[in-house]
This record gives sequence, C-alpha cells and structure tokens, in this order.
Amino acid sequence: MKIPLKYIVRNLGTRKLTTGITVLGVALVVFVFAAVLMMAYGVQKTLVATGSNDNVIVARKAANGEISSIIDRVTADIILSLPNIAKTPEGRPLASGEPVVIINLEKLGAGGVSNVTVRGVSPQAFSLRPQVKLKAGRIFRTGARELVAGTAIESRFAGAKIGDMVRFAGDNWTVVGTFDSDGSGFDSEMWGDSNQLLDAFNRTSFSTLTLRLERPEAFHDFAAAFEKDQRLQQFEAKVERRFFEEQSELMAGFIRILGIFVTVIFSAGATIGATITMYAAVANRTVEVGTLRALGFRRRSVLAAFLTESLVLSLIGGLVGLFFASFLQLFSISTLNFGSFSELAFSFALSPSIAISSLLFAIAMGLIGGFLPSVRAARLNIVSALRSS
Amino acid sequence: MKVFKLIFKNALRHKLRTVLTIVGIAIAVMAFGLLRTVVTAWSAGVEASAANRLIARQAISFIFPLPYSYRDQIAKIPGVDAVTYANWFGGVYIDKNQFFARMAVDAETNFALYPEFLVPADQLTTFKRERNSCVVGSELAQRYNLKIGDAMQLDGDIYPGKWSFVVRGIYRPRDKSTDATQMFFHWQYLDERIRQDDPPRAGNVGWYVVRISDPAKSGIISEQIDALFKNSRAETKTETERAFQQGFVASAGAIITAMNFMSFVIIGIILLVVGNTMIMSARERTREYAVFKTLGFSAGHLVGLILGESLLISALGGGLGLFVTYPFIAAFAAVVPKGFFPVFNVESITVILAGSSAILVGLLASLFPIQRALGTKIVDGLRHIG
Amino acid sequence: MDPIIQVRAVSKSYWRDSFEIPVLNNISFDIPAGEYLALMGPSGSGKTTLLNLIAGIDRPDKGQISVAGTNIGSLNESRLAKWRSTHVGFIFQFYNLIPVLTAYENVELPLLLTSLSKKERREHVETALTVVGLQDRMRHYPKQLSGGQEQRVAIARAIATDPTILVADEPTGDLDKNSADEILMLLDRLNTEFHKTIVMVTHDPRAAEKARVVRHLDKGELQRS
Repeated sequence: MKIPLKYIVRNLGTRKLTTGITVLGVALVVFVFAAVLMMAYGVQKTLVATGSNDNVIVARKAANGEISSIIDRVTADIILSLPNIAKTPEGRPLASGEPVVIINLEKLGAGGVSNVTVRGVSPQAFSLRPQVKLKAGRIFRTGARELVAGTAIESRFAGAKIGDMVRFAGDNWTVVGTFDSDGSGFDSEMWGDSNQLLDAFNRTSFSTLTLRLERPEAFHDFAAAFEKDQRLQQFEAKVERRFFEEQSELMAGFIRILGIFVTVIFSAGATIGATITMYAAVANRTVEVGTLRALGFRRRSVLAAFLTESLVLSLIGGLVGLFFASFLQLFSISTLNFGSFSELAFSFALSPSIAISSLLFAIAMGLIGGFLPSVRAARLNIVSALRSS
Repeated sequence: MKVFKLIFKNALRHKLRTVLTIVGIAIAVMAFGLLRTVVTAWSAGVEASAANRLIARQAISFIFPLPYSYRDQIAKIPGVDAVTYANWFGGVYIDKNQFFARMAVDAETNFALYPEFLVPADQLTTFKRERNSCVVGSELAQRYNLKIGDAMQLDGDIYPGKWSFVVRGIYRPRDKSTDATQMFFHWQYLDERIRQDDPPRAGNVGWYVVRISDPAKSGIISEQIDALFKNSRAETKTETERAFQQGFVASAGAIITAMNFMSFVIIGIILLVVGNTMIMSARERTREYAVFKTLGFSAGHLVGLILGESLLISALGGGLGLFVTYPFIAAFAAVVPKGFFPVFNVESITVILAGSSAILVGLLASLFPIQRALGTKIVDGLRHIG
Repeated sequence: MDPIIQVRAVSKSYWRDSFEIPVLNNISFDIPAGEYLALMGPSGSGKTTLLNLIAGIDRPDKGQISVAGTNIGSLNESRLAKWRSTHVGFIFQFYNLIPVLTAYENVELPLLLTSLSKKERREHVETALTVVGLQDRMRHYPKQLSGGQEQRVAIARAIATDPTILVADEPTGDLDKNSADEILMLLDRLNTEFHKTIVMVTHDPRAAEKARVVRHLDKGELQRS
C-alpha cells in the first residue's frame, strides 16, 4: 500500500469526538469479552490448582460432586491395599479418607447465607497437599471439636476467625487456625479431624478417599488394578487434578457460553458503530480519494488505506479495553460453584491467549466494520468524486 | 403533519447510516433482553414461591436430613394447615448431563401442597397406589419422550444402587413460572430400600413443606417450629418458601451482579452508536440549522426536529430489536445445557425496560446535537462547510 | 515533430438516470509540445470533460486520445493509473491538497508512486517548492496557508514528478485578483522557462489572455479560434 501510514493515522485525529466514541465502543466490548474469559479461566485455574498430578482421588462413579459420594470403610480398606500407593515413614498408606459436608455460614457485608464446604481430613492430608500451609494459629487437635479455615472463608464469612465458634451438629466447633492454599479451591473450605466430623454427623462412611501414588506414572497400573477388582465396581479413581478440573467445567462452561453469546452481540453493535464512522469518513473525504486516484494511486491502495484506518481504530479500542480488563485481576469473586454446590473464591485471571484473543477480536471488528466503507471508497469514480464537494 | 414529514425525510437522507443505526440499536436491545431474561430465569424459583408455604430444613445445611418424627410435631402447631416432606434424590439419569430435579415425596400429600402442579385425577390415584411409580413434568416427558407406563432407571449417588420406576403421571404447570421438569416418586419406596441397604440412614427426610392458613403469621410460625427442635441433634431452620429460594439466588450473587452490569454496558454502547450518528448529522446540518433560523424557525422547532429524528430512529431500532429478541432467546435456550434453566421466559417487564431504554437513549443522544444547533450563531452556521 | 497530444474523433455522453446527455461530439485536434492552451466555453460545453479525457481520468465513448505516443484509451485501469502518475500533473480549482499532510508531504505524494529513494524524493520536493517560492513553508498544513499559497503547493505537487503535461481546471477560480495573478505568472514561467505543455480550462478571460492559444467549446464542438 503506497498511501503513507501517517495519512491514515492523522485522519483518525481529525474527528476526535466520533473517533473517540467508536474507540470507546470497541473498548467496552473487548473489556467485557476479556472479563468473561478471565472469569471462566479464573474458575478453572483455581480448581486446577486445587488438585495435584501426584494424588489420586476415589469417589463413587455416579456421584455429582464430593458431597453426594459415599465410600464406606470396608471399601476404603480394599482400595488402600492396592499396589503403587506411597507410604508414610511409619509404613502406613499416604491417604486421607474424607467426609465432605456443607454447612451454612453468614456472608460478611452483603449478608445472606451461603454454602461452605467442611472437609474432615486425616493427619496425612497436609502431606498429601503440600500447597496448604498454616497462615495463622494452629492446626486442629485430633480428637477435638476444632476447625481450621481457608483464607477466603476467613475473610468473607462471619464467625470464621480464630477464636470464633461455629455451631453445628449439636456442638460448638472452635476455629483455631487459618490456612492458605495458594489460591486453590481449598481456600474456600474449612477442615477438621475426619473422625470427629464422622462422629458428629453420626456417619461411618467417607465421601472420598485421596491418596498419593509412589510415582505419578504408576497411575495406569493403579487404575488397571482398581478396575479389575469387582468390589470396586461402583467407584472410580481419578487423578486429583483432573477431578477438580471437572468440577470447574460446568461453571466455566456456563460463564463462557453466556459471555460469548452476549459479547458477540455487543460486538455486532460496536462493529456497526465502526461502520457508521468509516462511512462518514469516506463521505467526508470523497474529494481526497478522487485526488489520490487522479494522481495515480490504485483502487486497492485506497481500499487498504481505509481498511487500515478502521483496523487502527479498533486495535486502539482493543488495547484500551484490554488494559482496563487487566485491572480486574486485582479483584476476586466468591460465588456458588455449580459443580460442588458450595462457595468458591476465585480471581479474574489473564492469560496470554486471552489477551491475544481479545486483540484478534478487536481486529476482526475493525475488519468487518471497515470493509464495506473501504470498498465504497475504492469503487468511487474519479470524476464524480472530484466533483462531489 | 409537515414537521413529521420533515423529520422522516431527514432520517432517510442518509439511508445507509440510518439503517445501520437502527440495526445497532436493535442488536443492543436484543442483548439487553437476553441478559435480563437470564437474570430473571435465575430467580424463577423465587417467583414461583407461594406466600403460604414455609420450608423447614436442617439448620446446618440442606444436605443434612431431618427425622421423620418431626412431621407430627410440626402439624400440631396452630396455624399449620398441612405438612408434607421430600428428599432430594439426585442420582444420574442416562448420564451426568441430564439436569432436572429428582425427589422422593409423600405421595399422599405432595400435590395437595403444590396445587400449581396439575395432575389428572386418575393418574394421581394410580401414583398413590403404586409404590414404585413416579410423576414427571410435561416438559420432561417431552424431552425424553416418556409416556404413561414407561420405565425410568436412575443410578443413585446419595442413595447408591440402581432404582427403577414406572411413569404413572404427567403433570402440567399451572403458571408460567412453574417448573415443568421435575420428577417425583414415593418416599416410602426410598425408605424401605434404605432400611435394607443402610439402616442407620432410614427414617429421614430432606425437608418439610408447611402450608399455613395466614401468610402474615409466617414469621411467628417459623420461629415456633424452630423452637420445637432447638438443642436437638437435628435443629431446623424454617423460612418462607420465597426466602428459601432467595438464598439460592443470593449465592450466585456475583454472577448476577456481573450480568446486570453488562446490561448497563449495553445501554452505554447503544448510546454511543446513536449518539455518534446524531453528532455526525448535526455537523452536516450546521449550515442548514442556521438557514432554518434565518427563516424564522424557533429554537423549539429545531429541538423538535432533532429530537423527533432521534426518537424515530430509536423507536424503529427498539421495535426491530424486540421483534427479533424472541427467536434469539430461543436460540440461546437451545444452546445452554438442558435443565440449566428449568423456567426460561421473556417477561413483560423485560420487554418494557428494553423498549424504554431505547427511547431513553434516543433522548440522551440528541442532547449534544441540540445543544450545538441552539448554540451556534447564525453567521457561523452559514459559513460552515459540513 | 509529432504533436504531444492527439485527439481523434472523440465523443462522450453522460447518463443521468436513464437520460443520455451528449457532452462531446466528434472532436479532433492536436496540441503540440510546449503549448499553453486555454479551453473556454459556457457551462455544459464539455471543456472539463475534454480535460478529464486528456488527463486520463475518464475514457471517451468513441474515438482515441494519444499522449506522447501512447493511446491512453487502450490502457487498462492499473496501467492508466501508472501512466498518470508519470505523465500528468493536476491543478484543481479548489487545490485539493490533503488536509492532514504538510506542504512537503503533499508535494511528495505523487513521488511515492515512483521508485525513487527517500533522498531523491526530498530533492525533487525541495526543488519543486523552490520553483513555486514556498520552500520556507514546507512544514505548514494547508489550513495554515492562504488560497494562493495552497494553489502554489498544488502546482509544486503537479510538477514534482516532471510530468509530460500539466492539466489545470479553473486554477484561478477560487482566488482573489492578486493571488490569481501570481498563479498565472507561475504557469507562464513553467511554460516559457521550463517548456511545460499546459492545457487549462477556464472561465476567466484574464487567465485566457495569459495562454498562447485559446480554443472555444460550445455544445460539445470545438470552434475555430
């Protein structure tokens, strides 16, 4: 394209108001687009971080989430006798049979009550999940009605600070510590001694069983042995990371569908805005186009010039939108995760692919919006264009 | 109506631009309609609540059961008309992607407390009589092609094992807000099986539904029920059905806030698109407005002209948008996993809001051009080359 | 020596809705190299149309136009565009400078279509602006210049590529008396000093006076001068 870039860029500066408005329109759309993708990715990232590739979690096949899964002690023992399971220094299997329940706690601020996951863990749970670290206070004592709260629960719910009492199952449970799990789903949970919780709820069965394999590669052998055992037919073993990732799929999927549907509509609106602006630009510069053509510039150069103008416009809008969207990373949301039916705190997370998609999206708007006006400019007849002022 | 003709001709002057603007508004109105419909669908349960029903559930959370023995005690409280109960069964039907409510209920009393679920009398009789039968909603029957007499197999999770039922009833929803995708079977059937498989868990219900004679007394009666079971192993939390449903909506609060925010963004975008158009028109017509003024047109006339054109475009765009909204939302409903939104309607209030926002936008968007037309001095205007 | 411009049996009509309006009727004439020709005639006489045909921005319906030996009617659009960029310099009534480009950049514009290096282009631009006497206004935008200055920049643009012919459509049409005189003096210089062939369409008898040959067009036909 022989027409100089400075011609294109400077033209954007002549009608500042209308250019600004169009850029703003594109920026808004890209902002929402990026925000939605960042939300979905944030949910996934949090949940994926929850599970590790080193651990295997066993749940009932038909269960929709941990709370509706049941594993009785006998079955648990059978599973723990399978080969390839890592051992503690004392020679016991590195595993945690966990009853998982939901309790209701009051939300701070906005009020209202929401579901919070309470997980009963064995002492090995902390070795199994090294990302979980005590932030304040201490771990609950085995045999006591004590709980530790994840940071997201401690900061968002009433009665989850150290020293507070949570009342359920006819008893008061004292919160004795806060833990941090590096932004994973465990931050939205409260943990207590597995046996204490089972006793309080008059249960004998766990919800799930989490264990560590000797080596992550041993999973295939472990799974094969698992499937062969007739007594374990109703259950399935999954790599922990995969298990929690699946918990996020429903939620992340929904956010993405809704978000993309809505954003595509918005983008149609913004694209039309860009088209209107570009048509106006062509109309205003008809004499110019005639002059350029008379001087010897080709039709395709004219097309390219206007298309580039539209692209620059939308790209600027895209960058502005992305810029503001990146600030969303400072915010975190807590909402009900459809997969586990309890609270999950997550942040907006930006990934390079989200950034690139957003910019490509902006570029697409510019191309589509600017196409027809650019074609019109290119098709102008020289004589009529020169005559048109 | 000469003025109207003038307005019309003005709008037609740049046919392409006018058409684009109208389409832009239509699109934004559609998006607005979709978002609001999703938000209302989310709170569908709240809308379907009856003022004279209370829900009593375990105080810790609804995943914990209540003893069956509570029923008689609740029934004795003055002001309580009727009591029924239910358990959430959950489980899997065909595969894990089939979302609809599957509940074990008291066959005798359930439909009496839920008159909005219309079951033909003969089907209800059969249902009550046959212990392994079930009643499904009309939409569910349609979705899975179920007829009276068909079998339904569920794979239990909370209550492990294979469960078989026979469809003996199909209910129709009485109101638009009633969920037509629910499945009910006998609590007795569930309990008998549990007594065999896992005796300690038998004799428990998920929650109680209480019908009271005077809705105004809901607060007092709720407290009375809870007082009955305070300090026991299974304390209750009783609230109006509305409050109960509201709780579910509230937990998804963040997402709903996000969607409401997006609704505003849309309005912002419409404003930008229409405003942009009006500004461009105003610039082109600066000279023309000056000429009008010299001819004796008053400021009022000019305002009327600009406003009229802006409103005409907004109205056309809004109308087109609303017209296309219905098929568009239907397309969305088809893409979302079945059962995500049991009730998904476009409410009249949504239509009104969408239409009004289009008009509002028309008004706001004409502010700048009006100010410009009124503010420009005649001589400057005449000198202006658009 | 062959005439630099040869017009043979040229006819042209325009279509408005479904009406055919004949504008030029079987015109033939020659323009020798180095000529300074003024085309005059009433409105609608076709003089601008004839100019457009010679400049290669429009095509005749019938007949043939050769410029410097090339039958420009036989060139396809791309070739014609290329041809224009090297052979024709345009001067318009309303200057037609690009508002967002400086005087320098406007003059440089046609040079961008050549394969000259940046340095070579700079030389041409500076030379052209010096010829028209505006070398100290290089960085000014059109809106910072007076009408007469704008037209001078336009002329500099027209001569920057050293084209075969200069075509001017009412070059003094929008100027006051003094500026108009300046422009006419400049055109005169270009013709006498630099031997440029100039074809000018004009209403202005004062402008026509400065030309060496005047031809009249009426109802699409060339009159004997």
